[in-house]
Amino acid sequence: MVDESYVGRTLPPSPPYQVGRERIREFATAVGERSPLCHDVEAARAAGYPDLVAPPSFPVVFTMPRIELFLRDPGFGWRFEGTVHGDQKIEFQRPIHAGDELVTVVRVDGLRTRAGTHMLTLHCAVSTIGGEPVCATEALLLSQEDVG
Amino acid sequence: MSATAGSERARTELTDIVEGSELPPLSVRLTRTDLVRYAGASGDFNPIHWNDRVAESVELPGVVAHGMLTMALGARLVTEWLGDPGAVLSYQARFTRPVPVPDVVDGVDDPTLGAVLELTGTVKSISVADDGARTARVDISAKFDGKTVLGRAAAVVRLPA
Repeated sequence: MVDESYVGRTLPPSPPYQVGRERIREFATAVGERSPLCHDVEAARAAGYPDLVAPPSFPVVFTMPRIELFLRDPGFGWRFEGTVHGDQKIEFQRPIHAGDELVTVVRVDGLRTRAGTHMLTLHCAVSTIGGEPVCATEALLLSQEDVG
Repeated sequence: MSATAGSERARTELTDIVEGSELPPLSVRLTRTDLVRYAGASGDFNPIHWNDRVAESVELPGVVAHGMLTMALGARLVTEWLGDPGAVLSYQARFTRPVPVPDVVDGVDDPTLGAVLELTGTVKSISVADDGARTARVDISAKFDGKTVLGRAAAVVRLPA
């Protein structure tokens, strides 16, 4: 049984995630992003960025582990195996760049159950360790109701 | 990952962007290798993206691409057009249909087979802030086998001054 009392709750902040140059390069390569701003520090600086710029979907790298940690919490009662990603939103206050140290805070925004399927909306607020807001994401996740 | 578009193509004059402007299209072939590389780079090791038996056990036709990889390719359509991955202010998509990435055809191994995604985009609207900064909302279409795989996919981007 999913514990509906989690809706509206804000979970404890993540440990800081350090955005590394090589991770940006590897992620950019994996999605085919060839912009020099993701690969060449001098090019990124010449364009006005402090360091390599992360591709727009990069926050998945450090927000998804926090989401998975919550979904696997037996106290919440979510069936993790078979979880399907329904939709994803991301909004930037500023681009993420190498050298950022980012903290993710997950908030449980909504839970609906229809025809045996749970639909869960999770919000992630991402800020620097200094408290500067960087981006926010919202994911809709679906899983079958545990009837056992 | 092989692409038939990208930095080689002539870029639209970004100052001439108007509502209705179309982005240079992007066609990407995703193979199993691309899925494994994305799994490693993103940290998403869900076996439905690399193990046919697990994928079939949850009623998929076989291994499917990560939804977030498809979404990342939609972002690439926009960032290659603008030449700046930092220009994306917001981005959203629904995952409406899985993208199967086979490595066998008629019982014969072919790891280069994969799936071809066709990405296109249109400038839906342009806004100008008080300081003159322009932003555009771009509607993105991602198709596999002629069918839409991302629903309501749209990005808001900062246009060059």
